[in-house]
Amino acid sequence: MSQADVTRQGLRGKRPDRDAITGSPRRWRGKHRAERPMVPKAEFTSYYGKPILNQPVWKSPDIPGYLFLGGLAGGASLLAAGSDLTGRGVLGRTAKTGAFAAGVLSMVALIHDLGRPARFLNMMRMFKVTSPMSVGSWLLAGYVPAAGTAALTALTGRLPRIGAAATAGSALLGPGVAAYTAALISNTAVPAWHDGYPEMPFVFTGSGMMAAGGLGLLTAAIPGTGPGETEPARNLALIGAAMETAAFERMERRIGMTAEPYSEGRSGTYVKAGKALAMLGAAGAALSGRSRVAAALSGAALLTASAATRWGIFEAGLASAGDPKYTVVPQRQRLKERAKARQADGPAPNGQKGA
Amino acid sequence: MSVDGERAVTWLPEIRTGGFRGALYGETDPADVDGYPDHPPRMGFFTDTSVCIGCKACEVACKEWNHVPEDGLNLLGMSYDNTGGLGADTWRHVAFIEQRKPVGVQDAGVRHDGTDVLTLAPEGSGTPPEEAAMTPTTPGGAADQLRWLMASDVCKHCTHAACLDVCPTGALMRTEFGTVVVQEDVCNGCGYCIPACPYGVIDQRKGDGRAWKCTLCYDRVSDGMEPACAKACPTNSIQFGPLDELRERADHRVTELLAAGVADARLYGRDPGDGVGGDGAFFLLLDEPEVYGLPPDPVVTTRDIPSMWRHVGAAAAVMAAGAAAAFAASILGGQR
Repeated sequence: MSQADVTRQGLRGKRPDRDAITGSPRRWRGKHRAERPMVPKAEFTSYYGKPILNQPVWKSPDIPGYLFLGGLAGGASLLAAGSDLTGRGVLGRTAKTGAFAAGVLSMVALIHDLGRPARFLNMMRMFKVTSPMSVGSWLLAGYVPAAGTAALTALTGRLPRIGAAATAGSALLGPGVAAYTAALISNTAVPAWHDGYPEMPFVFTGSGMMAAGGLGLLTAAIPGTGPGETEPARNLALIGAAMETAAFERMERRIGMTAEPYSEGRSGTYVKAGKALAMLGAAGAALSGRSRVAAALSGAALLTASAATRWGIFEAGLASAGDPKYTVVPQRQRLKERAKARQADGPAPNGQKGA
Repeated sequence: MSVDGERAVTWLPEIRTGGFRGALYGETDPADVDGYPDHPPRMGFFTDTSVCIGCKACEVACKEWNHVPEDGLNLLGMSYDNTGGLGADTWRHVAFIEQRKPVGVQDAGVRHDGTDVLTLAPEGSGTPPEEAAMTPTTPGGAADQLRWLMASDVCKHCTHAACLDVCPTGALMRTEFGTVVVQEDVCNGCGYCIPACPYGVIDQRKGDGRAWKCTLCYDRVSDGMEPACAKACPTNSIQFGPLDELRERADHRVTELLAAGVADARLYGRDPGDGVGGDGAFFLLLDEPEVYGLPPDPVVTTRDIPSMWRHVGAAAAVMAAGAAAAFAASILGGQR
């Protein structure tokens, strides 16, 4: 298995994970990495550096796409309902079409990711509150038909009453569709996902609002659309961008070392790109004024920002599960604190139970 | 779930709140929680790694009995470990850890009658955590100071099993013996159980798409036989039986070892008060759990699910409010 070659310069192509001292601090690759980690590098032990968790088998783009599209759909349904209430026909049609397309694609992505796609309907065998995927499947099963009816009636102009009911229904389910995926990824043993569970739903709904606002801003590209038509979309995008950014920051700061994958490596690049695009898009949307091109471009940036964040969160989970450090170090810390607390409480009960 | 073994795939969804009915956390009898009225005692494994000789009979027996496909004949460079870790096609995994630690004299000769292991034991085999960071290639230590740990890992059949809790199809079920089994005719390969498991046990089989793991030989146990791995184990390192009995036996064994001076002996997964409510398959280890690739303090993720849903609800409400504010602002702004 070893690919190592003996050369004049010594051993080359050595596999560090096999030969490294278990738990030794990692070397920082590249000379330009002057950045110091926030948390001191923790010493820990592992079994030949192998991860403790099995990495998720969820695939990209299916699952990050599913997270992104669910948020977009949920936000767009809210935008659609608001547009109907305030008489914004163009924005409403865009939002309804977008919501339906995103909802369907989200479901398609989920089914495509299954190991046995033909058995998707087994999801409907039960309703389990302990499984956000079960709850989500039922949510989508209600949401997608409603969003579809809303979109079709809006585009054809037929059955306006049924259309209004469907729009209201999809707006009612929309926030749930945007938020439940946060519980879905948090309800795992993956440290970066699980530890962030209090903030993750706010990151997701913020991101969904931002994406839907971005979609609404794209409407500005349609000739003859005044800034009044897209103003709520702009507002929604700004609220969403602020919420996503604030919740994400808070999550990273609170969870400490398990947040590392959100700022390092491939996942970190996605997250950073998402933050930069959100900032750019938000600024563009706020300052676009009467420029239709600027508004539409900002919308595109905001949509991309939301997608980049989801990709970053997804990849961060894979990285988090793939490194035993994130599993062992916080758990050790927890045990140490518990032992300390027990000591403070009085003499420890005898025995070595549970390690 | 079906109680008497008939696995009817009904298209009428079963509303399941079992998790809440039976507490998501803490000490409980899982078969009670899952609604088996008269069930046999909870069965499990006690794997005493102090007598494991690394023969891998358990790995082989498991593969043969359960028709687990071959998944590579690998030279991993990890001592005698050729399987790497638990997964879809490895339901028993023997870990090998080589440490530069004095365990007394390792005599290549065959005569051991002059060696009393119990008097040698006080010389210490314990590894303080700060010294535990070592592998076979770590320099230092005298050449004759080698400790070779072996341990046969397996699915823990947790009291509170995250894989089972998160399974959206109900393919994962609790048996009347309190064990956790995947029904391969129901699993649709959604993969949710895989990152949910705090031990990294269950995985997706390549080319098959479904999730697979140890069944604690549900078929054999149902017929009053012991699981294949326990049957094959020549040193009784793998012991099968009612969990209560096993716990008693393990407590006795660890006390014995500690009294003999094996200061690092400890039970892992035995405590019903731990993060998963205790394991149905627990271990006696001779070093920290992470040395064997086990998490030191696993917690079932669904312990936090009530709080997660509360946060999801709040975030969804905030989203709806945000949309309302977006439209209200444009009305107040007088644009329309």
